[in-house]
Amino acid sequence: MRPGTILSFGLVSLGAAMVLLPFVWMVSVSLKPHNEIFTPEVTLLPQQPTLANYWQALTETDIPLYLLNGVIVTGGILLLQLAITVPCAYALAHRRFPGRALLFGAVIAALLVPFHVTAIPIFLAFSQVGLLNTYAALILPFIATAFGLFLLRQAFAQIPAQLIDAARVDGMSEMGIAWRVAFPLGLPTVIAFSIFSVTAHWNDLFWPLVATTSPELATPPRGILFFRDEESGDDIGPLMAGATLITAPLIIGFLLAQRRFTQGLAGAGLKR
Amino acid sequence: MIRRLATDLLLAGPAALAVVLFIFLPVAVVFVLAFTDYLVGAPTADWVGLENFEELFGSRLGRNALINTLIYSAVVIPSSVILGLLVALGLHGITKRMPRVSAVLRTVYFLPVAATLVAMAVAWQMLMHPSLGLLNHWIAALGLTPQQWLTDRGLVLYSLAAIGIWQGVGYNMVLFLAGLSAIQPTLYDAATIDGAEHGWSRFWCVTWPMLGPTTLFVVIVTAANAFRVFETVATMTDGGPAFASDTIVYALYREGFVYFKAGYASAITVVFFAALLLLTALQIALVERKVHYR
Repeated sequence: MRPGTILSFGLVSLGAAMVLLPFVWMVSVSLKPHNEIFTPEVTLLPQQPTLANYWQALTETDIPLYLLNGVIVTGGILLLQLAITVPCAYALAHRRFPGRALLFGAVIAALLVPFHVTAIPIFLAFSQVGLLNTYAALILPFIATAFGLFLLRQAFAQIPAQLIDAARVDGMSEMGIAWRVAFPLGLPTVIAFSIFSVTAHWNDLFWPLVATTSPELATPPRGILFFRDEESGDDIGPLMAGATLITAPLIIGFLLAQRRFTQGLAGAGLKR
Repeated sequence: MIRRLATDLLLAGPAALAVVLFIFLPVAVVFVLAFTDYLVGAPTADWVGLENFEELFGSRLGRNALINTLIYSAVVIPSSVILGLLVALGLHGITKRMPRVSAVLRTVYFLPVAATLVAMAVAWQMLMHPSLGLLNHWIAALGLTPQQWLTDRGLVLYSLAAIGIWQGVGYNMVLFLAGLSAIQPTLYDAATIDGAEHGWSRFWCVTWPMLGPTTLFVVIVTAANAFRVFETVATMTDGGPAFASDTIVYALYREGFVYFKAGYASAITVVFFAALLLLTALQIALVERKVHYR
């Protein structure tokens, strides 16, 4: 092996070890008994690993509730996003209607708008109609997805027009074509977008922090902060167990479907 | 005809309505609010012209948030772009001889992109804990002075920047790897014939120019993410100590949703939005010009 290859390998491995450090530390502390955490003799790995912190996080704290809220909110966002985005993207790709160019232009323009920019007016409107502190407040602002419309429109545009026409001749309704022809043929893009959407909203802190104050509605990132701020610095073990538990679903998903995750998340650079 | 229109409305209407309601209308409202002194819950508001912007650019606190964001970006953008490129070059170089190892390393570098940043910030907080953290323990073992990573006013912004870099390298690496694999091997053959035989000259004659479009995209995306820094600030420092890690999006959150100064927070939003639009305009202008060798 050439010395250059060995040097590259050494440096890249060293960097990888540094990238892994916070993960290793999080899991390690979560497995340490109380007396191993609160000691000046800090060690990288636990001497007597225990699952007690996980037991405490799962039975004595609201971590399970936060995880459930995460599933409800990310699932609700994704289902509603797809429900309105798939038919619209199909229409943009395969139908001619007045205002189509305008709508597509608006979608491109909306790609430039980060969520933070819309937060204050949406917060004010939700507070007017009494929607703050509800699941709806956590879900509704995100059903409009310029990114999803753009991605799916591009994917559906690849479907040959003859195929769509054949479905029409067979008597399928337009809604039927959107869901039973375009949707399955565009599935790889749908999956990439779904991974992006679920990851973005599972991890989001800004909007849950703004739209809810009730711990009962906390999503995983909001919840872990409730947990941390309640305890007086004495529950570091269960806190690390909680942090591990809320990041585990995405990490496991990523490890199981690396290529799809990388595709889904790498595309995020197209939006602001 | 009517039936056709009804079908179009059924298909495209809901999404179009949602885009107007949740994106365009709020953007318009935020631009109006930015010129008022509206407080959340107040019955009325007065037109104050540019006063909110004067406060943001003129007050010590406002300027501090802007400057902190620029310092954070000035550290994170070059570091995570250059490290992302180096890791991609390293992995690209060993892929042929060690494909398995290379794949595992790529996975490791990408982990922070998929992980929940708030949970990882909690883990970083523990890593940087002054007495119980591993970082200070190792530093002391090396005979150096332990640091107050998150409570030292001169250090805190750089501690957060380190986490920003940690999170961004993997994303940039993936984009650079895609860019590298798109370079035609014949270009390297041609470079060899022209006398560029060694790593350095091959990099400068072929790799770097061919990566131009990728690099531009990576820089713009990294910059947009750096301007947006929020989660680590909100989790680890709340902008402190003494506003030493206050940033533009955190200031937006604090003024708007903690102090309920909707007018002032809208002005911060407008400035933040303008900075991102400027970045996109720069991207388009540069793409038009000279980054493509095709």
